[in-house]
Amino acid sequence: MDMKRDYYEDIQLFESGVVVCWTVAFLLFLFTLPIYTPSFYLFLINLVMVHVILAVGLNILVGSTGQISLGHAGFFAIGAYGTALLMTMLHIPFFLALPLAGFIAAFFGFILGLPALRLEGPYLAIASLGFGLTIMHIIGRWEVFGGRMGIHAPPLDLGVPQLGFSWVLESDKSKYFLILVITIFLIIAARNIMKTRVGRSFVAIRDSDIAAEVIGINLTIYKTLSFMISAFYAGIAGGLFGFVLGFFDPFTFTLILSIIFLVMVVVGGLGSIFGSIIGAALITYLQYSLLKNVAEKPIVGDFLVAISKRWFSVVGLENFNSIILGLIMIGIILFEPLGIFGIWIRIKKYWKTWPF
Amino acid sequence: MILQLIIEGMAIGACYGLFGIAFVIIYKTSEVINFAQGEMAMMSTFVAYHVLTFYEYPFWLAYILSMIFAVLLGMAIEFVFLRPAKQPNILGMIVITLGAEMLLMGMASWKWGAEQKEFVLPFSAQKIHEPIKGMIINDWSIAVFITAALMMILLYLFFKYTKLGVAMRATQQNQLAAKIMGVRVERVFSMAWGFSSFIGATAAMFFVSRATLDPAFMMEPFMRAFAASVLGGLMSIPGIVIGGELLGLIENFFGYLWPEWKPIVAFVVIVLVLCVRPSGLFAKHYVKKV
Repeated sequence: MDMKRDYYEDIQLFESGVVVCWTVAFLLFLFTLPIYTPSFYLFLINLVMVHVILAVGLNILVGSTGQISLGHAGFFAIGAYGTALLMTMLHIPFFLALPLAGFIAAFFGFILGLPALRLEGPYLAIASLGFGLTIMHIIGRWEVFGGRMGIHAPPLDLGVPQLGFSWVLESDKSKYFLILVITIFLIIAARNIMKTRVGRSFVAIRDSDIAAEVIGINLTIYKTLSFMISAFYAGIAGGLFGFVLGFFDPFTFTLILSIIFLVMVVVGGLGSIFGSIIGAALITYLQYSLLKNVAEKPIVGDFLVAISKRWFSVVGLENFNSIILGLIMIGIILFEPLGIFGIWIRIKKYWKTWPF
Repeated sequence: MILQLIIEGMAIGACYGLFGIAFVIIYKTSEVINFAQGEMAMMSTFVAYHVLTFYEYPFWLAYILSMIFAVLLGMAIEFVFLRPAKQPNILGMIVITLGAEMLLMGMASWKWGAEQKEFVLPFSAQKIHEPIKGMIINDWSIAVFITAALMMILLYLFFKYTKLGVAMRATQQNQLAAKIMGVRVERVFSMAWGFSSFIGATAAMFFVSRATLDPAFMMEPFMRAFAASVLGGLMSIPGIVIGGELLGLIENFFGYLWPEWKPIVAFVVIVLVLCVRPSGLFAKHYVKKV
């Protein structure tokens, strides 16, 4: 709907002065958030931001390049375990260990990207799904990774402890600022990637890989690159996730988690970074806060317990969130295939042309 | 011992094949990858369990009732969730079926709780026969082989001689042409879903008696069967069964040698096979038209 009239308009970071104002206001809001938010919610917000990073990365793969991945929990796990183990075993400082874990994840993304060159649709789905399960299984088996017992994340030290300089972030508040900075940086990076030659190649591959090949896009390079970028984002997100949670085991990174990641992207809107952010925030909120302990929620809780007693079972009520999540997934595809971003565009269009 | 492993592997492979057939019937007719297949079967198994324990009906009645439920469930999911989808693409369909999976799983664990239950099949794996010296076969395997063989013969006859079977094949080949020839394509889809749900639920009965009954019990077998049908090429029913048998054998031999890596060997094999043959073993490579 917004017509781009020249190249510079396409690559600029902000569309207009109004957007700049709103962005600055929103950033100010984000940076002052801990002042007026109870620290319990900061944990949730940290989790949201971690998922935002992941969703933005997954969106590059699923939304922009059109490849399906049901194995992103695997990359997420590689990031989480990679960061934690690099720090505890090899004593690498955090600011090196995190990107390093991201690159390890990217390497695995490269490996998964190779079969993906020849696969599509169901074949790619099963390959990526198998990848995720394999990673989870290897982690669960190997003693180095703590086995089934899981591992504790090391203290989040921004300095170099070997040089006698350490700066340990302990509270959710201090972690919040670190994750916020990384998230903003990665979102801008993703936005810029999508506006370069690489990003345009991704979109061309999504729209038709044969046509893309014909106009001279090297599918081998760009498809694997898409997997690598997406895996890198997932790795970084995983590394931060480890510190937010403090403790994780292989069962954190199940197939369901991969599905939830996919839902974030689809609910937010395929191919839109803004959409991924909203989708990740919404699904994380639903999953970790709103739908947790439904029975104790006011009004709805009693009602649900009554229903459970009559027709279902009260012990099973904790699985209520997967019902809602399933309904959201189905509903968004049936009624709004472009996701929340599609709704946003519709509203914007309506008000722009109002009263006509 | 090797003979033992072969029989065991073939029995579980036949199970994968059976479940893979269920999966492929839907994929062939409507090009939807049905991720909810496992959970549909799980739901039916729970219904059978409910009838068996709560009403204490005999097994055959529970089986019939749960199969009726399975058919209705399959048709309902098709009718409510997939038919209204406009301009479906592959990813959209995957998300819908994943959503149905989550929904069914949530429903089942809400209704029956997440704790593990015992589901007793009349064909137990403990009851063994030894027809030839050294060849031990249990009741469970015999039942699996008979069911799989019977199902394949019935399916062959069904697709070859019945009107509905021919209509299904016509829809697979060309939806538009089938529509012009007077086939109600929507109804065929609905039938395909009901049919596949029925086969899947039958296979789930065999899976559950090797494990315990809980809302997540079909996830692993579903993924194996998915892998098996991808190995077989997602196209022909004999291909799927061969794929299932191959996977069952590989898994069983591998599991005997390195038990701790058994759960993932299927996927490693699949990825390797797909690298060499991107459309599975028994399918012509799919060429995309531009």
